Amino acid sequence: MPEPTDPEDLGAAPPAPDGESGWHRLARMARPRATKANFFAAVLALSLGFAIATQVHQTGSSNLDTLREDDLVRLLDQVQQDNSRLGDEIQTLQAQRGQLESGVAGSAAARAAAAQRLDSLGILAGTVKVHGPGITITIRDPKAGVTAPLLLDALEELRDAGAEAVAYDDVRVVASTYFTDDDNGGISVDGTLLSLPYTIAAIGDAATLASAMDIPGGVSDSVRRVGATIDVTSSPNLTINALHSIRVPRYAHPVPQPTPSAS
Amino acid sequence: MIPILGLVVGIAIGIFLQPDVPLGLQPYLPIAVIAALDAVFGAVRAVLDGIFNDKVFVISFLSNVVVAAFIVFLGDKLGVGSQLSTGVVVVLGVRIFSNVASIRRHLFHA
Repeated sequence: MPEPTDPEDLGAAPPAPDGESGWHRLARMARPRATKANFFAAVLALSLGFAIATQVHQTGSSNLDTLREDDLVRLLDQVQQDNSRLGDEIQTLQAQRGQLESGVAGSAAARAAAAQRLDSLGILAGTVKVHGPGITITIRDPKAGVTAPLLLDALEELRDAGAEAVAYDDVRVVASTYFTDDDNGGISVDGTLLSLPYTIAAIGDAATLASAMDIPGGVSDSVRRVGATIDVTSSPNLTINALHSIRVPRYAHPVPQPTPSAS
Repeated sequence: MIPILGLVVGIAIGIFLQPDVPLGLQPYLPIAVIAALDAVFGAVRAVLDGIFNDKVFVISFLSNVVVAAFIVFLGDKLGVGSQLSTGVVVVLGVRIFSNVASIRRHLFHA
């Protein structure tokens, strides 16, 4: 409690008892006096100053633990609202990112699939050079006993054995390839006369292809029966450089498909 | 003079040390500071009124602080801590203003 226990005398200042002015009285009281009470007052003032500075510092570095329950609840609500809002934002952005990523992956996969399809179609149509394991068949036919059907049989055997690309001399074998016997005893493939000895290159599983040539009553037997010799050589990396030039079909036109499949 | 020096030294110590208020004291320190300020202004007014007494000042200072802290403590226990703190601050503020008004009349006759 302050000294005047009755602060209701707010009207006029009471006259100083001894006529001394306020400033003089303050100055007189402020003069250092070595009394016990003055010492206590100094200690109290010191602790007050210390408390003020501490509290100011505490308020300045206001942490959550200085807040009251109401403030904490309000803060918690706010944080939760922020949290849910930011969570929504995260979901939106993640969905967006997923969309973009799947778009990239989808187009890349489509491109890869298209490239693969182009490769296989090119191999099938004979428009690209190919290499891989395979066999080379050399048929020496001094007595001109080998006929076009025999070479066609050889081709069928090779295809049965899984040959993926076949070339007779410099002629690439495709779906439309045909064999004809020449009048002079030669053999033409796709209209190109084969030179002797006949050389057949086939790419596929070399062991399977080679054994397919050797089956009893198969190509090798047939060739030997007509007085020719056959020589089969396996190669781990065979290259077929012969290409087939595609002619645009004149009569056959594809029927439009309602839904093009992208397998 | 000596108490004023004490106040300044206390503020300086507080600024330099920057102590953390113990958790248990945190709700009470602001109210205690306000109460102490009230006592200080009351003391200045008493000086001007010519009725200052060192002993009374010391006792009033301590009792002010203790009572203010006790009120806040009680308020916290009763679940009306923040409201009661506000009330105490308002009351002490009114008293400080009235004391300052009295001091002002003494010193400036206005």
